Amino acid sequence: MTVSTKKDHKLAEIFLTGTAAMQDLPLYSNLKKSAKEVLEESGMPTLKNEEYKYTAISKRISDQLTHFGTPSSIDNLQKKIQGQQELFRLEEGYTLVCNNGIVDAHLSKIDPQLFQLQALTELSEEKAAQIGGIEKNEFDPFTALNSLCFRDGIRIDIPDGKIIEKPLLLVNFVRPDENGACIHPRVFIQVGKNAQLTLIEQTIYLGEDPVLVNSVSEWKVGQNAHVRSYKLQDGHKKNLEVSNTRSEVQQDASFTSIVLSLEGGMIRNNLSLDLNASNCEGNMYGLYLLNGKTHVDNHTNVDHKKPHSESNELYKGILADQSRGVFNGKIFVRQDAQKTNAFQQNNNILLSEDATVNTKPQLEIWADDVKCSHGCTTGQLDEEALFYLRARGIGKDAAKALLLHAFAGEVLDQLKEEGFKEYCEKVVHARLGGHY
Amino acid sequence: MLSIKNLHAAIEGTPILKGISLEIKPGEVHAIMGPNGSGKSTLASVLAGREEYEVTEGEVYFKGKDLLDLSPEDRAREGVFLAFQYPVEIPGVSSTNFLRTAVNQVREYRGQEPLDAVKFLSLMKEKMKLVEIDQKLLSRALNEGFSGGEKKKNEIFQMAVLEPTLSILDETDSGLDIDALKVVANGVNQLKTKENATIVVTHYQRLLDYIIPDYVHVLFDGRIVKSGSKDLALELEDKGYDWIKEEISGTTV
Ligand SMILES: Nc1ncnc2c1ncn2[C@@H]1O[C@H](COP(=O)(O)OP(=O)(O)OP(=O)(O)O)[C@@H](O)[C@H]1O
Ligand SMILES: [Mg+2]
Repeated sequence: MTVSTKKDHKLAEIFLTGTAAMQDLPLYSNLKKSAKEVLEESGMPTLKNEEYKYTAISKRISDQLTHFGTPSSIDNLQKKIQGQQELFRLEEGYTLVCNNGIVDAHLSKIDPQLFQLQALTELSEEKAAQIGGIEKNEFDPFTALNSLCFRDGIRIDIPDGKIIEKPLLLVNFVRPDENGACIHPRVFIQVGKNAQLTLIEQTIYLGEDPVLVNSVSEWKVGQNAHVRSYKLQDGHKKNLEVSNTRSEVQQDASFTSIVLSLEGGMIRNNLSLDLNASNCEGNMYGLYLLNGKTHVDNHTNVDHKKPHSESNELYKGILADQSRGVFNGKIFVRQDAQKTNAFQQNNNILLSEDATVNTKPQLEIWADDVKCSHGCTTGQLDEEALFYLRARGIGKDAAKALLLHAFAGEVLDQLKEEGFKEYCEKVVHARLGGHY
Repeated sequence: MLSIKNLHAAIEGTPILKGISLEIKPGEVHAIMGPNGSGKSTLASVLAGREEYEVTEGEVYFKGKDLLDLSPEDRAREGVFLAFQYPVEIPGVSSTNFLRTAVNQVREYRGQEPLDAVKFLSLMKEKMKLVEIDQKLLSRALNEGFSGGEKKKNEIFQMAVLEPTLSILDETDSGLDIDALKVVANGVNQLKTKENATIVVTHYQRLLDYIIPDYVHVLFDGRIVKSGSKDLALELEDKGYDWIKEEISGTTV
């Protein structure tokens, strides 16, 4: 008889053993030690773990991947980039290219006048000590796994007052090889007082071999700074993706996250905004278009700690075939956080009887003078609307596409960077107009 | 143009239309009146192709084609237009984008070139004048937040743009104030030609003062129980439906 437990120790063990023989990274020995302790204690999450009850990602990793190490860097990446048609290219702006999670300085185009870019392995002790200080190992086993496994990463510092008008594109090229299939990108971004940044993140999968990308992004957003962070997840049916993103937001600052999940095997996004001071704004938007057996799980968390902050959240999904969507939205309003406004919506359209959605708002409110609202809907395409359009001569497929595009448009409209918006609209349009 | 013979239709197994026969020739205006729930909207929906309704008996031919065999979009492309009693609000779909898609799909079906943006815009402008619809309305999402009257006007505007051969106006007059009613009626009359026909579903004689019908039919319990000239509408306005009910029960006893 097998006893199912909350923890998958076997999988954790594989990573622990795998990394044991690795050379020490002295700058991060404390972080890695704590990661090890967390994983020895908690293992990887199974369905018995409340936070992972719909998303058996540990099992998928064990089943699908055979070599748990990190692949070496991809040869001739430049040539391969040129052949990539689905790649979003910036007309203007700055590009950071990563090769299996490690930044490639030659392929990148940045302006050192505007921001400071450093490899994690080259940081001063003081700066290195901040890594893992925002997204702590004990918050999520995958964060600990990332801390345990990363060999390098990126730290970006935007100086006080620097308003970076053109977006920064971070493209990660990923391809597993005989050395391994697990990539653990690690990013730390500090945005100074009164500074401004738009980041666009995209992962490009070379080939369609099974691979795990387990990323951790930590943001420190200074007073009156404004950040927009866009993430495009458009991989293939065998890619597994886990992301842990946490942003600490200071007074008068704002952080806006938009996550578009268009293709993948199984994706789990944990997004947390710590609104640590008064008058902060946190926005979280998401759009997921799923087909086949794709599984996308968005867990979000916004923590209002001080008065007069606002959060807005809208996640929308269109699900076909046997796909599955999970949404969990936590809103905390602490006792101090009077005059908080917090809004949350999750809307889903199911295009097939076999598609499922599990959605759960979780509100914990200790302050009394707050405005909070949340709602979720899951249903089919509006038949009345469909008939209305058809009765005007619009064909069934075109009418469906029109309605779905309108549904998705509410999230796409939140993209303020024109070039990227156009690109995403094109991708989404092609999906909705064709064989979904 | 339209030939309905012994049409029976049911929804979820409940018979609603119980044997309707009606002949409509080009250039004619037919008014259909009748008490609430008698099946007027059902008839309109069946003609437009709403799939919830099951036709259990009878046939409908439109310009020689078996109408019941066509999808809703093909009926529209063939020239059938239903002005809905309750137009649907469709958030996120712009009125202009919607109409342009509709016009061009209809044109494609008829083997015509699609209209480019400029030509489409001038078509819109021309028709907007006809129904005196505010440009601002059309820059919004389709029917979203429109008042009852604005929705009805928008239906007639769409009709003007699509230029159907058979228009079915399902209580387009309800909810309109007298000025709007005149505008709508005026629009309908201007669009009238010798080639097209109109079915006007209404409860009120006042619309028929402006859109003058060639025939008036009374629908009752899924059947046309009386047909006459425009004077029948006046009589109904005057006396209500009771006398017709009595007539029917008198003949059936
Ligand atoms: N989905 C449905 N299920 C069951 N019965 C229905 C359904 N839709 C319509 N009906 C019934 O069909 C009958 C005819 O309805 P219909 O809307 O055609 O009437 P109408 O003549 O247009 O009335 P009104 O003057 O109020 O607009 C009514 O008794 C109505 O309740
Ligand atoms: Mg009706």
